[in-house]
Amino acid sequence: MATTLQSVGLTALVGVLWSGYSAEAKAAKLVLRPPGALPEEDFLKACIKCGLCAEACVNRESNIDKETGKQRPGTLKMAKGGDHKLVGTPFFTPRDVPCYMCDDIPCVPVCPSGALDEASVTNDKGELDINMAQMGLAVVHKESCIAYWGLQCDACYRACPLLDEAISLEYQKNDRTGKHAFLLPEVHSDVCTGCGLCEKACVTEKPAIFILPREYSTGRAGDHYVKGWDVKDQQRVGERKMDEIETQDKRSSEAPVDYLNKEIEY
Amino acid sequence: MKKVKYLLLRRITQIGLLVLYFGANAYGWNILKGTFGSSLLFGVIPLADPYTTLQVLATGFVIGSDVLLGAAIITLFYFVVGGRAFCSWVCPINMVTDLANWLRRVLKLDKEEVNYRFLKRNARYWLMVLGLIVSAIVGTAAFEVFSPITIMQRGIIFGFGAGISVVIAIFLFDLFGVKNGWCGHLCPLGAAYSLIGQKSLIRVKHDHDACTACMECKVVCPENQVLWMINKESVSVTDGECTNCGRCIDVCGDNALGFSIRAMAQKKKGE
Repeated sequence: MATTLQSVGLTALVGVLWSGYSAEAKAAKLVLRPPGALPEEDFLKACIKCGLCAEACVNRESNIDKETGKQRPGTLKMAKGGDHKLVGTPFFTPRDVPCYMCDDIPCVPVCPSGALDEASVTNDKGELDINMAQMGLAVVHKESCIAYWGLQCDACYRACPLLDEAISLEYQKNDRTGKHAFLLPEVHSDVCTGCGLCEKACVTEKPAIFILPREYSTGRAGDHYVKGWDVKDQQRVGERKMDEIETQDKRSSEAPVDYLNKEIEY
Repeated sequence: MKKVKYLLLRRITQIGLLVLYFGANAYGWNILKGTFGSSLLFGVIPLADPYTTLQVLATGFVIGSDVLLGAAIITLFYFVVGGRAFCSWVCPINMVTDLANWLRRVLKLDKEEVNYRFLKRNARYWLMVLGLIVSAIVGTAAFEVFSPITIMQRGIIFGFGAGISVVIAIFLFDLFGVKNGWCGHLCPLGAAYSLIGQKSLIRVKHDHDACTACMECKVVCPENQVLWMINKESVSVTDGECTNCGRCIDVCGDNALGFSIRAMAQKKKGE
């Protein structure tokens, strides 16, 4: 009896430590996954850490470029101790090696566990379509982007595999000189796959355009706001009646004038 | 030569498999791809680790059919043939713990053995179940978070990084801590294979009449509780914790131990 109690107790002790460590170990959020990856939370459940995706990646060190005879730089890496990502899971670092967006996406169909979801990168015709991938989203830091200074640079725009779709150049008058134009890169989040070729191409010391996981580079307007002029957006929120929509929150318990005049507490 | 026959065969199998896995990544060989978690044999046949598969299922994720089929194949293989043969014939950590175990004997550390009363050999079964519970709580395959087995294998295929520290930790624990501490007490994967292979066909058979009770086998055996019959009676080692490593057969100078097929061994006993 006492031994069983001891076994249960020690197991509980290990369970607490094990759970705590595992929860911390999988907490790294700013990780870019291969194309077709499930949302991070599900991906970490599903990935069996076999490395078949990394081995299938055409752009890997072991795949010698027949024309140059040199090793290709590897896109997909398997996280190892010290990478501060859940060990054994695949990821890529665009500044080092971006994803070159192969047409046949060799890394996805080989996934045996379903962590890389083939359906998410398959178009209506049933063909694999890398342009549907949402590995991340490019974000421009205006203050360090030299195009925003007024210098002429379109490195990211030229590097983008979806030229003029994922990144477009917006023309603006340069009031400082009065006779030049700004050519400003603008990322379109509905098209950008997050491949990172722009980040790799960026000329600044630390890239002014970089890829973040979509969870961290996108917002959500929610159901309170609808583009009344856009039929599609109306479908997004559905035909909800006024009284079905919950508008009460922490702030709305007070009159607007009261909470605006009060010191901010939250 | 006889003294190391099975040891050599095991090292050849272990290293050979690692070479195949390594070559798949490094040279694009299409023989055995992936890692122990999930592999592809000849580019067609899926193989998967049954315990890792269970952990993924425990998280609530409905895993792909390739992995399920692969896990079924591996389970069936060890259920019929191998017993815990994975541990001694495939697992790369076995080379680490065998080295630690051998050094213990060379350095005479066993003489000073401390009695670790709280760490029993059945701890692994608790950990095996616990691994599934933690997987369900945390939402990721929990043993895989630190498993020295797959970390070492991936290390060899893709590069170690700081992962080598887990392997060193196991080595130090087995050498200076508990004898057979990892493989014989803690490893939940070994526990899973103990259960899977409990009824496997290939078994070590003991011949009491030939035995001179030198006890060499018990010295080298990493699970020597399974050799309870030595110098007692002529029966097969039927305990699932036997890894079928064959070291006992190697060191036996009396031909009192050898591999046999379970059914045949039983029949002979009945005669």
